[in-house]
Amino acid sequence: MLYREAGQFKTSYASDQAVFPILQDRIGIVVILLAAFVAVPLLGDAFLLQAVMIPFLIYALATIGLNLLTGYTGLLSLGTGAFMGVGAYACYKLATTFPEVHVLIWILASGFVAAAIGVFFGLPSLRIKGFYLAIATLAAQFFLQWCFVRIPWLVNYNISNAIEVPTRTLAGIPVTGPTASPQTRYLITLTIVVIMTWIASNLVHGRIGRMWMAVRDMDIAAELMGIRLLPTKLLAFAISSFYCGVAGAMMVFLWYGGSEADTFNINQSFFVLSMVIIGGLGSLLGSYLGAALIFILPILLRLVPPQLGIPIHPATAEHVSFIVVGILIIFFLIAEPHGLARLWQIGKQKLRVWPYPY
Amino acid sequence: MRAPSGPKTVAGDVLLAVESVSLAFGGVKAINDVSFDIRRGEIRAIIGPNGAGKTSMLNVINGFYHPQAGRITFKGNARKAMRPHAAATGGIARTFQNVALFKSMTTLDNIMAGRTLKMRRGLFWQLFRFGPALHEEIVHRKFVEEIIDFLEIQHIRHIPVGKLPYGLQKRVELGRALAMQPDLLLLDEPMAGMNLEEKEDMSRFILDVNNQYGTTIALIEHDMGVVMDLSDRVVVLDYGRKIADGTPDEIKKNRIVIDAYLGVAH
Amino acid sequence: MNLLYKIFLNPFLQMAAAPDLLAQTLWEGLVAGVLYALIALGFVLIFKASGVFNFAQGIMVVFGALTLVGLYDILTRAGLSFPQAAAFLALALTLGVMFLLAFGVERLVLRPLVNQPDIILFMATFGLTYFLIGLGELVFGGNPKVMISQQLYLPRGSIDMKWFGGLVSFQKIDIAAAIIASVMVVVLSVFFSKTRIGRALRAVADSHKAALAVGISLEQIWVIVWFTSGLVALVTGIMWGARSEVSFALEVIALRALPVLILGGFTSIPGAIVGGLIIGIGEKLGEFYWGPLIGSGIESWLAYFIALVFLLFRPQGLFGEKIIERV
Repeated sequence: MLYREAGQFKTSYASDQAVFPILQDRIGIVVILLAAFVAVPLLGDAFLLQAVMIPFLIYALATIGLNLLTGYTGLLSLGTGAFMGVGAYACYKLATTFPEVHVLIWILASGFVAAAIGVFFGLPSLRIKGFYLAIATLAAQFFLQWCFVRIPWLVNYNISNAIEVPTRTLAGIPVTGPTASPQTRYLITLTIVVIMTWIASNLVHGRIGRMWMAVRDMDIAAELMGIRLLPTKLLAFAISSFYCGVAGAMMVFLWYGGSEADTFNINQSFFVLSMVIIGGLGSLLGSYLGAALIFILPILLRLVPPQLGIPIHPATAEHVSFIVVGILIIFFLIAEPHGLARLWQIGKQKLRVWPYPY
Repeated sequence: MRAPSGPKTVAGDVLLAVESVSLAFGGVKAINDVSFDIRRGEIRAIIGPNGAGKTSMLNVINGFYHPQAGRITFKGNARKAMRPHAAATGGIARTFQNVALFKSMTTLDNIMAGRTLKMRRGLFWQLFRFGPALHEEIVHRKFVEEIIDFLEIQHIRHIPVGKLPYGLQKRVELGRALAMQPDLLLLDEPMAGMNLEEKEDMSRFILDVNNQYGTTIALIEHDMGVVMDLSDRVVVLDYGRKIADGTPDEIKKNRIVIDAYLGVAH
Repeated sequence: MNLLYKIFLNPFLQMAAAPDLLAQTLWEGLVAGVLYALIALGFVLIFKASGVFNFAQGIMVVFGALTLVGLYDILTRAGLSFPQAAAFLALALTLGVMFLLAFGVERLVLRPLVNQPDIILFMATFGLTYFLIGLGELVFGGNPKVMISQQLYLPRGSIDMKWFGGLVSFQKIDIAAAIIASVMVVVLSVFFSKTRIGRALRAVADSHKAALAVGISLEQIWVIVWFTSGLVALVTGIMWGARSEVSFALEVIALRALPVLILGGFTSIPGAIVGGLIIGIGEKLGEFYWGPLIGSGIESWLAYFIALVFLLFRPQGLFGEKIIERV
C-alpha cells in the first residue's frame, strides 16, 4: 500500500521521460541525499567515514565509470586500475606543480588527462571487439603501471616511489593532507560523487546513452541508424576514463592521503569489474549496490565474527571474502545476470502490489 | 481495419539505379551483372527463389557489401561502394530478415534510436539534460509517438523488445526505420513468419507509409499475393541474375519466371 | 638520427657481437614461450570444446601447483617417510582434486549457464578466478612455496656449452620443460584428431546442437576437457614452480598467455605453440636488447603490445578462422 503508483498519471511527455517518474522514488532520493549530507557526518564516527563511506563513494564512482564503458557500451575493459592511477598521478603532478590553483580544480582536471589516455587506448576498438579488446585494455593496464613505477618525474623524484598528498585548503579549512578531517573529506567526496552521478544519469537517459546501448546490442544495426561506431566508442572510453581518473585522484587525495607503486595494479581493475558485474551491467543504481556489497563485505567479515565471539585473522577474512565474491559472481550470473539492480527492481515490483502477492 | 488499396501508376523520376552490379563471395557469385532502377514514390518488389541474391542486393544498396563490379546511383550520386553510415545520412533505411532490434532496449528507445541522426544537441547539453537536451528529447518523442500511433504499438512502448513476439518485433523494426524519415525504405521479408491477420496489418502499414509519407519502398517478399497487391513494379532474380522486370501482371504471366519458381531446369 | 640508430641498428649489432649471449637469450625466450604455450593450450582446449574463454586458466596453474606442494607437506608431516612416495601420492591426489574441480565447474557453473552469451560465461570464469584465489590462499597460505622438484625426479643443474666463444647455459629443468611440453602437444594433437573422444570434442566445438543430435553427452565432454586443461595447468605449474617458485604472482604472469592466444588464434593448438614461442622469444629479445633503451621491466607489457599490433592487422590471429559477419 506504500508504493502505489495509482493516481500518478503522466500528462506530458516531459513527466513520462523523467528519470524518477514515481513520486515515492523522488521522495526516496531526497531522503537518501539528506541522510548522506546531514545525518552521516553528524552521527557517524571517524571510522565510519574514513574506512567505509569515503572509499565506498570513490569505488562507486569508479564503478559507474567502468559501467558506462562495459555495461552500457559493451566494451569490456580490464584497465580500470590504470586509468584510476592516471588520474591520481596527474592530479598529484598538477597539484604540486601549481600549488596556487585550487586542488578541487586539479581533481577534476585530472579526469581530462585520464580521458585523453583512455581515448588513446580505445583506438583499437575500431578494429577489435569483445575479448580481444579486453586484452588491449590489459596492455594499457600493464604499460601504465610500468610508467607509474619507471617515470620518477611522476612522483617528484621520490626515491621510495610513493607519493604523499600535500595539505590543501578550501575556504581556510584543510581538505587534503594529514590535517584534513574525515568530515570535510567526506562531504567533498560526497558532493563530487553526487554531481558526477547526476551527470552520468543525464547522459545515459538521453541520446548518448541510447547510442551506447545500440552499439552494445547490435553495432551493425546501430551503423544503419547513422550512429558512427568509432566516435561513439571513443566517447565511451573518454567519459569512462574521466570518471575512473577522478575516482583515482580522489582515492589518493581524499582517502589514502598518499599512494604507492602498487596501488593501481590489475587487482584494482578486477575489484571494480566485480562490482560492476554483481551490481548489474548497465545500471547506475547497480554501480552503487555492487560497490557497497563488494567493498563492505570484507569489512563485515573482519568485524562481525569477533562481535559474535568468533576470532578471525584479518588475512583469513580477506581470503574468505575472495571466496564469497567469487561464489556471488557465479551465483548472480546464473540466477540474475542483471545483478543487484534487477533484484532491486523486482523488489520494487513486489512492493508495488504489497500486501498482495501479484 | 481498412482493406489495402490497390497499386497506383507512378511516374516519378529514378531515385536509385543499380547498374551492372556483380558481387562474389570467394568463388560464389551472389549477384551477376544485375541492373534495375527504383522510381521515386513507388513500391518495388524484389522476388525470386531462395538463394537468388535478394538480401545480398539490399546489402549492396545499403553499403554492407561492396560489389566487385558495377555501381549504384542514388539521388543522382553514383558510387561504387558506400559505408552503412553514409547510406543512413543519405536517406536509406532498412529492416532485416532476422529482426535487428536492440534487444535490451524498450520499444520507445528503439524507435527513438532511429531519430539519432535528427538529434543535434551535442555532448555539452547532454551532460545537463535539463534545458535544450530535454527539450529536444520531447520534440522527438512527439514524432516517435506519431509513429507508435500509426503502427498501433502504444501498449508495448515500455517493454524491452527482446520480450515481444516476433510479429510485434517486426512492427517495431519498421517503426525504427520510419523514424529515420528515409527517402528509400528497404524491407527484407517484412511478412516472414506472420499469420494472415498480421500480414494484412503490415500490408496496410506499408501502403500507408507509401501513400502518406511518399516514401519509396523496395521490398523482398515471398508471399506472391502480397507482392501482387502491394507493388507497382517487380524485379525477379534467380541465381544472381535478373530474369524479369515489369508490372505485377506482366511478371505473373512471364514464362521464365514461372519456370524459375517451379524449378524447371534453365 | 641517433635515435634511429639506437633503435634499429644498435641492438642487432649487439646481437652479432656476442652470439653466445644471443643464444642464451633465445633459449630463455624459447623456454618461457613453451610455458606460455602450455597455458594457452589449456585455454584453447576449453574454448574449442565449450566456447568458454576460461579466465581462470592462470589461477588453475597456481592452484594445481599449490595443491601438489600442500598435499606433499601434509603427507610428509603425517608420517609418510619416503619423500618420493609422498611426492607421487601427492601428485595422484592432486590429479583427483583437479578432476573434482573440473566436475564441480561443469556441474555448478557451465550447466546452469549453458545458453548464455559468451560474455556471461567469461565473467563466470572471472568469478571462478576469485574463488580459487581465495580458496588457495585460505587453505595453503599466501607465502611462496618451493616446488618439490627433487622428489618428483625432476632434473637439477645445467648443461654448459662452450659456443660462439662464450658460455651458453641450459638449465636441465628447462630442457625437461621443453621436452615435456612438446610431448604434451603431440599427445593432445593426436588425441584430438585420432581418437573417438577427440572427434567428439571437435564436434562439440563446432555445434552443441548437432553434437547433442548425434548422441554426444555435452556434460561428459566438458568434464573431460576441463580435466585435461587442469592437467595441462598442473604440469605447467610444476614446471614453472620448479624454475622459480610457487606463488600467486604466477597468476599475473599467466595472463601473458592471452597475447599468445591472440597471435595463435583461440581455437588452434599449433597456433598456441607458435604464438607462445613468438611471444616468449620476442619478449626476451625485446627486454634484453631494447629494454635498456626504454627502461627495465618492459616485459610486463611487451607481450601485450606485440599482440596489439598483431590484432590491428590480423584480428583473427595467425591461425584463427576469419570472422565473417553475416547480416
